[in-house]
Amino acid sequence: MKNRTFFWFILPTLSAMVLFIALPIVSVFIQSLHIEHEQVLVVSESCGPFGCEQTTEVDLEASAALREAQPLGRFNGFATYTNRAHLAFDEIAEAWRTTEDTGAFLRRVFDLPFYKALTFTLTYTAVVTPLVLVLGLAVAVGVNNLPKLLKGPTIFVSLLPFLVTPLVGSLILFWMVDGDGIIGATLQRLTGDPSLSLKASPTLTWIMLMTYGVWHTLPFSFIVFYAGLQTVPRDTLEAAKIDGASKWQSMRYVTVPHLVPLLTFVSLMLLMDNFRVFEPIVSFQSQAHATSLSWIIFNDLRESGNPLYGSAGATSMMTILGVVILLTPVLIRTWRDFNRKAH
Amino acid sequence: MFLRTTAAAGLMAGLMSTAAFAEAHGPDCGPEGQSIRILASDFPAIHAVVDAAEENCAGQAAEFTRNHTTEARQIMNAALTPDPAEYTSVIVANATLTQLMNDGLVRPLDDLVEKYGDNIQPNLLIKIGGNTMAVAFMANSQHLFVREDILEEAGVEGIPATFDELVDAAEKIRAAGIMEHPLVMNMQTGWNVGETFNLFFLAHGGEFFEPGTAEPTVNSEAGIAALETMARLVEYAHPDHLTQASNETQALWEAGQAALGIMWGSRGSAILDDEGSTSEVTENTVLAAAPSVEPGGVPGATLWWDGITIAKNVSDEEAEATFAALVSGLTSEMVQANNDDAVWLLDGFEPGPAAAGVSATAQGGAKPYPMIPQIGIMHTALGNELVGFLKGEESAEQALADVEAAYRDAAKEAGFLQ
Repeated sequence: MKNRTFFWFILPTLSAMVLFIALPIVSVFIQSLHIEHEQVLVVSESCGPFGCEQTTEVDLEASAALREAQPLGRFNGFATYTNRAHLAFDEIAEAWRTTEDTGAFLRRVFDLPFYKALTFTLTYTAVVTPLVLVLGLAVAVGVNNLPKLLKGPTIFVSLLPFLVTPLVGSLILFWMVDGDGIIGATLQRLTGDPSLSLKASPTLTWIMLMTYGVWHTLPFSFIVFYAGLQTVPRDTLEAAKIDGASKWQSMRYVTVPHLVPLLTFVSLMLLMDNFRVFEPIVSFQSQAHATSLSWIIFNDLRESGNPLYGSAGATSMMTILGVVILLTPVLIRTWRDFNRKAH
Repeated sequence: MFLRTTAAAGLMAGLMSTAAFAEAHGPDCGPEGQSIRILASDFPAIHAVVDAAEENCAGQAAEFTRNHTTEARQIMNAALTPDPAEYTSVIVANATLTQLMNDGLVRPLDDLVEKYGDNIQPNLLIKIGGNTMAVAFMANSQHLFVREDILEEAGVEGIPATFDELVDAAEKIRAAGIMEHPLVMNMQTGWNVGETFNLFFLAHGGEFFEPGTAEPTVNSEAGIAALETMARLVEYAHPDHLTQASNETQALWEAGQAALGIMWGSRGSAILDDEGSTSEVTENTVLAAAPSVEPGGVPGATLWWDGITIAKNVSDEEAEATFAALVSGLTSEMVQANNDDAVWLLDGFEPGPAAAGVSATAQGGAKPYPMIPQIGIMHTALGNELVGFLKGEESAEQALADVEAAYRDAAKEAGFLQ
């Protein structure tokens, strides 16, 4: 293709990408370097039905003048990135100096909000992604071997978890694992421990969130693999059979290699999705035991009366960086495959 | 001290007064043909006020729209920022008024009160720095809920008035084998656990900030004492307490699974009514003052009011019509028709059993929720950072140091600390 033709071909996509992806990211990055203006506080008195009190209020005129002078806010450089709510350089250095053993040091580090969230986010991604890949393939192979009559209904039922809105699906599970819910009460009965609570234990909460994650995303990998299985060349499978390959061997040496490009695609999607795990944390009210990077952004923007745009921006940038790091090995692999095929 | 006494007396006058306010003429709705647009939270008492305003004045107005949403707090600042604002009035509470005032989005009401405020008692005017910024109409606070039958069965005499007595009562109920976890509190991680800390902190005489500044002072003796008291009580709370807020605690109570509760007064009438529970629970539930540290001390509660504000970025005529309409709803007839929906601060209110807890708490000298510009940031920090202590993973000192550190970062970013 001529360069000129290529350019005109790609122009609409490219401009849409710049407008809707690149520019917003740049804007978020610029915002993450700034903090709000000084709020000029004045002492005043507030009175109401419960009496009068000394209090402070924001001097609106003085604060508005500051805002006028610097519409973007005060430039803060990378200080938001390094403060306690994010990478916490000072706190880690301090913990390093004051703690005796590695255990104590790590406890201090993982008590910091960003690292706490990062630990859960990475664990969730590392556990859910391979499980969904393997189980998705297994379910797809299973469904593929069903008699024709049963295939349609089975596929429909298997897809249901994916059709449920994540927030709703996790809420339903949350109620089921309650001490009075069907799963929670059954577990209490089975273990003979009436105070067993899935919501009160950090370990059980993590397991619950990851189980939910697998349940919810499994249909996605299942349906992609199932579609892939329909394209496995029959001739090769028959040839393998004639050569005396067992079912397992033809799976291992014919089917799986044929599905590798799909495997890469599904892994990419799963890694990205799982790294931004968010809804189950809100629905399960699990903030006490598990938080994620996306949850921190939500918390910064929503919970306090003053949305912390700089903090949210900084966490967003680091989330993007995290996704890039996670995806790099998969992308390098794809690139190599592509080059090999091209030559 | 003097201020507190007069305030309590004023409040009680408001609470107890039964003299009906006689309307001599029809409601004065102010300028005609204006647009009235109200944003409010979503509970029965607020519906009652806005219903009354709509009935009185919608006919005169060109437009009367209302948006009742539990998300009101999240959208109010964005909705009032443009000129003209999306709403002409927001029904706020202590904390949310501060949030609007920080951005200068509500207007002083002094001239409007003068013109339309005949039926508003002076103690209902929320004055900040000398300007009337809101008009309160109902009160709310946390307080103690008890099941008298269970206390009696466990051999507890009287209703617990201090935290020590509360722990004793819980221990007796557990020892008698009636309930393993007799206590419910709103301890959901986030806003709720922060608010519960506030109760204990204020009861221990804590101050959130150095007066006149945004420097935090929660990592103090009062803070540590508050956390220690909380820890003693949490021992008796439902194992899932870190996931429970008002809806969950109310459900546990109505299911008869709790005997002692620190819950919101506004849940009182919902618990005492004949829906969602058995008569065994409703007949034996008594609402009492929030417990204090020492007998007769400051009750562990934060007093809240709900009230009317008027947006700044709307025309003076719209502001006037909106204020007149809402104030026209604050009558004794409205109160009488909706008596049990709230602890009204208006004439005509007859406190029933559902209001007893809030009245006793206010009378006991509980502190109002602080109206300080940066309190929202502190509240968020408390809500997120105290969990480590409550799970038993860190000391009270460490948890409070974490709170202050988290607060400092956020307050610097928001411009309150330099």
